Order: sequence, then C-alpha cells, then structure tokens
Amino acid sequence: MLEIRNLHASVDGREILKGIDLTVPAGEVHAVMGPNGSGKSTLSYVLAGRDGYQVTAGSVTYKGQDLLAMKTEERARQGVFLAFQYPVEIPGVTGVNFLKTAVNAVRRSRGESELDAMQFLKLARKKAKELGVSEEMLRRAVNTGFSGGEKKRYEALQMALLEPSFMILDETDSGLDIDALKVVAEAVDAFRNPQRAMLVITHYQRILDYIVPDKVHVLAGGRIVQTGGKDLALELERTGYAQFVGQAA
Amino acid sequence: MSDGMEQVRSLADQKYKYGFVTDIEADVAPKGLNEDIIRFISAKKGEPEWLLEWRLKAYKLWLSEAEPSWAKLRHPAIDYQDAYYYSAPKKKTDGPKSLDEVDPKLLETYEKLGVPLHERAALAGVAVDAVFDSVSVATTYKGKLEELGIIFTSMSDAVKKHPELVRKYLGSVVPYSDNYFATLNSAVFTDGSFVYVPPGVRCPMELSTYFRMNAEKTGQFERTLIIADKGSYVSYLEGCTAPMRDENQLHAAVVELVALDEAEIKYSTVQNWYPGDEQGRGGIYNFVTKRGACRGRASRISWTQVETGSAITWKYPSCILQGDDSQGEFYSVAITNNFQQADTGTKMIHIGRNTRSRIISKGISAGHADNTYRGLVRVLPKAEGARNHTQCDSLLIGDRCGAHTTPYIESRNSSARIEHEATTSKISEEQLFYARQRGLSEEEAVSLIVNGFCRDVLQHLPMEFAVEAQKLVAISLEGSVG
Ligand SMILES: Nc1ncnc2c1ncn2[C@@H]1O[C@H](COP(=O)(O)OP(=O)(O)OP(=O)(O)O)[C@@H](O)[C@H]1O
Ligand SMILES: [Mg+2]
Repeated sequence: MLEIRNLHASVDGREILKGIDLTVPAGEVHAVMGPNGSGKSTLSYVLAGRDGYQVTAGSVTYKGQDLLAMKTEERARQGVFLAFQYPVEIPGVTGVNFLKTAVNAVRRSRGESELDAMQFLKLARKKAKELGVSEEMLRRAVNTGFSGGEKKRYEALQMALLEPSFMILDETDSGLDIDALKVVAEAVDAFRNPQRAMLVITHYQRILDYIVPDKVHVLAGGRIVQTGGKDLALELERTGYAQFVGQAA
Repeated sequence: MSDGMEQVRSLADQKYKYGFVTDIEADVAPKGLNEDIIRFISAKKGEPEWLLEWRLKAYKLWLSEAEPSWAKLRHPAIDYQDAYYYSAPKKKTDGPKSLDEVDPKLLETYEKLGVPLHERAALAGVAVDAVFDSVSVATTYKGKLEELGIIFTSMSDAVKKHPELVRKYLGSVVPYSDNYFATLNSAVFTDGSFVYVPPGVRCPMELSTYFRMNAEKTGQFERTLIIADKGSYVSYLEGCTAPMRDENQLHAAVVELVALDEAEIKYSTVQNWYPGDEQGRGGIYNFVTKRGACRGRASRISWTQVETGSAITWKYPSCILQGDDSQGEFYSVAITNNFQQADTGTKMIHIGRNTRSRIISKGISAGHADNTYRGLVRVLPKAEGARNHTQCDSLLIGDRCGAHTTPYIESRNSSARIEHEATTSKISEEQLFYARQRGLSEEEAVSLIVNGFCRDVLQHLPMEFAVEAQKLVAISLEGSVG
C-alpha cells in the first residue's frame, strides 16, 4: 500500500527526515515510536503534503502511484487520512458544514453521488454516537473551544466519515481519558480490514493493546533506527530511547 | 488639490468663451460639467423650477469645494470634465449583439453564481427584445403595490407625479451641502428609485430595482429616496450579485431614508461593480452617501451591505436616531482583493432618548488590498439611556494586504452605554492544510472560512439574496491564496 524509500525532507532549510525506509502493506498496522522532536509529525506532514515540508530526496509510492506528485487534497481524496496531533481550530465554520463538504469532495472523486444535508446528518449522527461525540459538538465550529480529548475524538469521527484506506494517527491517544481511549481505539481497530493500512504514532504502548500492530518502528534523529514486533513497544516502555539517541546523533 | 480646483473652475467658465449651448434635442450632453449641462439635464426631465434651482445651488457650492482627503484611499486625480453627465437610455442596438460577443470570463462568473440563462444576456448588456419573466413578474407586483397605495417608481417619474413628496423629503436627510460627492450628485443626478409606503402598510414583498418597471440604467449619479410613513414597513434590495457592465468609472450615488413613527426600513445592498484587473487597472470608483433618518418615535432603520466590487469604495451608511426609542443597525461585509481599496463604515447619531444602535462589520482583505472600517458613534446630550454595541472584525488572507479599524466615539450623555469590540484574524496555512487534508480544495476551504466569518452579517440579508451572497463571497476571493 505504502512504500517509502530513502526519504529526506527539510523544513525552513533544516533537514528533519534523513533517509526513511518504510513499507506498510495493505491490511497491516505499523506503530511508530520515538523521542520528542525525532520527526514523527514531520513524516506525517510530508506524507499528507503540507506546504513548506520539502522533500529533498527519496520517493513515496501509494497504491502504485507517486504520492509526492499529488496535491494535498488529491491525496486525501485518494484515501490518505491524517489524524492530527494538534488539530487546528477553524472558527465560524460549523462541523456539520465542514464535514459535509469534506465527505462530498471525497465522494465526488470516487464517482459516488453527493450526500444531501439530510443524508449527511443521518450518517454523521450515527458515527458521532459511536465515538461519543455529542450532537452539540457537531453544531459547533470545527475544533473551536474543544478540549484536548474532544479534539482527538473529533479526528476519529472524521476518519470514520471519510473512510480512508491509509491513515496516520499522530498521537491520537494523548489527551484522551482512559475510557475515551478505549472507545476511540476500539473504533479504530474495528476499522482495520485487508484493504486498509495504518501508521500509528504514539509514545505509549497502551493504545497498542487495542490496536495490535504488525510492526513497531523506532524513529530517532530522522531515521528508522529499529524495527520489531509488538513486543518492542513493551521493551521501549521499560528502557526508554537512550540507546537510540546516541546512535542517531 | 487646489491646482485641480482652479482647473475645474476655469474649465467650467470656458463655455461662454466658446459660446457653447447644449442642444436640448441631443441624446447625449457634451463632455464636461457646467451650468448649461445642469439646465440641460433638468430640462430633459421636465423638472419644476425649484428642483433646477436646487441643482444649481449644489453645483455652485461644489465648485468651491475640494475632494475630501481623510479616507485611507489612494487614486489618481479624477478629471470631472472628462465625463458625460447625461446620456439618454441606451438604445438596444448598442452593446453586444449576442452572448457570443460577451467576455467569456463574465459568462463564467454568471455560471458560477447560478444566474438564470435569460437574465445573463440582460446583465451583460446584450440587445435582446424578448420579454423577460422579470418584466411580467414586475407587472403583477405593480398592481399589488398600487392596491396598497405603495409608490415604487423612478425618481424622474416621482418628480412629475408626486412633486409634493419629493420636494418635502429630497435633501432632508442628505442636504445638498453634505459632502463633496453628495453635492455633486445633487447637481447632476439623473435618476434612481423612489418609494413611499403609506401609514400602517406593510410592504408584502422585497422591493428591488430589479423589478422596477422602468429599470433602465440609472447611471453613475443615482438618487434614491425611501419614505416609510407611520407604522409602515418596507424592505428594499439594491444591486445584484452578478457583475454588471458599466463604462463609467465614477459613481456617486445618494440614498436617503426617512422612517416616521414606528416605521421600519430594511435596506440591503450587494455591490459588485467591476473591481479592476489583477494589476489594479481600471475599476469603478464608488463614492456613495447613504443615510437614514429615524425621524419618528420607535422607528427603525437597518442597513445590510455586502461590498465586493469596485476599485474604490467610500461609503458610510448612517442612521440619525432622532425619535425616542428609535433603532439603527448596520451590518456590513466588505471584501477587498488584489488592489481594491475600501474605506467603509457607519455613523450612528443618537439624538433621542433610549435610542439604540448596533454595528457588525466584517472586513476581509486579500492580495494587496486595503480595507478600513471607519465608524462614528455620537451621543448627544439629550440622548438619555442611549446604547451602542459595535463588533468589528477583520480577516486577512496572505500578508501583503491591510486591515484598519478607526472607531470614533463621542458621548455627551453620561447615561449612555457604548461597547466596542474588535478582532483581527488571519486564515492560517495550518487551517488551509487541515481542510485540504480532508479533501477540500483551497478555494472551498477559503470559502467556508470566509462565509463562516461573515455569517452574523449574511443572516440579515433576505433569504434569496443570502444564498447568492455566499457564492459571491467565494468567487470574490478566488485566486487569493496559494
Ligand atoms: N518550521 C520548522 N522550523 C524548524 N524546525 C522545525 C520546524 N518544524 C519542526 N521542526 C523541528 O523538527 C523536529 C521534528 O519535529 P516533529 O514535530 O516532527 O517531532 P515529533 O517526533 O513529532 O515530536 P513529538 O513527539 O514531540 O510530537 C523538531 O526538532 C522540530 O523542532
Ligand atoms: Mg509529533
């Protein structure tokens, strides 16, 4: 599904990703862990196509296509979804309005018919309920005044509505309370199927109890410095990153 | 400036030197402005002596005045002698013969706005003989209005048929001496709308210039007068979301509203004149004076405007709150893109007791544009218990544009309560990235954000206008990001 080869990327002239190689086959979940500032969010932005994140070398192939050649919105419409570590507030734009526009943009590109206001509302209410997002929150402006945990649930709701095929969850677990983590993580796990793949960025192994990864990668200093099975997460929880930080520098 | 004035004056005097006399049979008055031209306009319209006198007084005053320079606007000097001040309504043979001859870009805009096909031709100035739906609709409306005693006609027609009303109210809110552009308008206005709603009558439909029977082009110096008699109500729509073709660069309209006891006037404008090209060439200069007098007790006037067009907008729809318990409202969205400049706002003058006013202004600036809110809230000594609330928000797109807020507050009554809130925000790269990551195009994202920003104002527009205005907002900002 996704193949990253020797990916180098810079922000403001500073190289952050220093040669990433990572392959996520369809049906698999890969966890990415690593110290603060190691480049995890940067990797997610580069994959999603954020302006200002310059790829200086390497390639990314998504479903056989050159992902880096696609515009940001085109990637989204083709099924790439990023659950943000820090979702941004968009004052004045109601969730219903925003999500309906997004869902219809994606449906259009898939050649599906657009949903009208009634159809969309019905769908949104159902998914919101599953994720514990209140109706009141749907009517509010996107992310505006949401608590940290509410923002994370809202990201999960958007994922559920857009039905992407490759998703990157950037610390979706941080900020969620214990019960919310369970609800959101189970919903994400239920989303797994043989046609989908995920990259789960996290600092804590707890979320991986619900979404059991096929592989765990350690990103440090802009490189993948170790790859292992799900046990690697448990080991890291005990040992920390000290061994890798030295190695990457 | 004074050099320019000298020039105007000396040019104005030239007519005698060349023995120029305007031919009353002519369809077009010669270029330039002088007393003769004004007499010509007045004669063409068969006006009574008092109106000609009024025009001439205005003209003489105008000659002694200079263009105001306090607004935050820049433009090359306007040559008032290099313009035509009268031309008969255009014959149908002028202008493009069919839609094929019309600028495809204009047609594209109509398409995006969803303007019905049969209206596109008329808007683009195509010579068409077909009778539009709107004309037959207008005829039906006209009968209904007549039944209720509502007068809705052109200013020229009103001067002939209702001279006593026109004489009583014309210039009673905006005197001919009010300001440079209003004075010029008083001297040379060619036409406009006239509305009178009799006591206790609630006008059952939105009145709009669009439905007026003799809706020929009223040109650059429009004069509108609306009178709502005791206990009446009227909602008036001016303008059109579709960009209209117009060769005149200078527009200086005057609108006067009078609300008597317990009357209410809602005046909504969508202004979308040609803004000039992306380099800032061309475009309409729009210097408008709009003012409403809440003359009666518990009367109410509200202005709602969506200003997206024109190279320059200079416009301050205001309310004089004379009657006790009267209310003034101003809701405004002003969008400037590329090299457009807007200096707009309102004046709320509290004279009566317990008068209230509310101002919501939303300024959006993109490209190299400049957008200024200029507002005055003045409370006079007798305005016991006056209240004002002002909310003034600016939104910037990109970092080469400007937004400025200049509120003036003068209170001479200690019981008055005046509140002012102002914010400036920016559409951030982060917001656009977030929206695009969800599959929205940049344009869709900007449109959603801007429409969200304007919602408090747009919701005051009549329903059908509001939907069009939302699309217009999006179109005005196309190409403003990225
Ligand atoms: N615009 C920028 N200019 C300069 N440096 C930047 C910029 N954006 C990010 N960085 C740097 O890039 C590095 C990687 O940041 P990134 O957000 O990818 O880390 P992360 O692995 O997601 O960390 P965390 O675990 O704290 O979320 C950091 O050192 C950060 O300061
Ligand atoms: Mg991060």
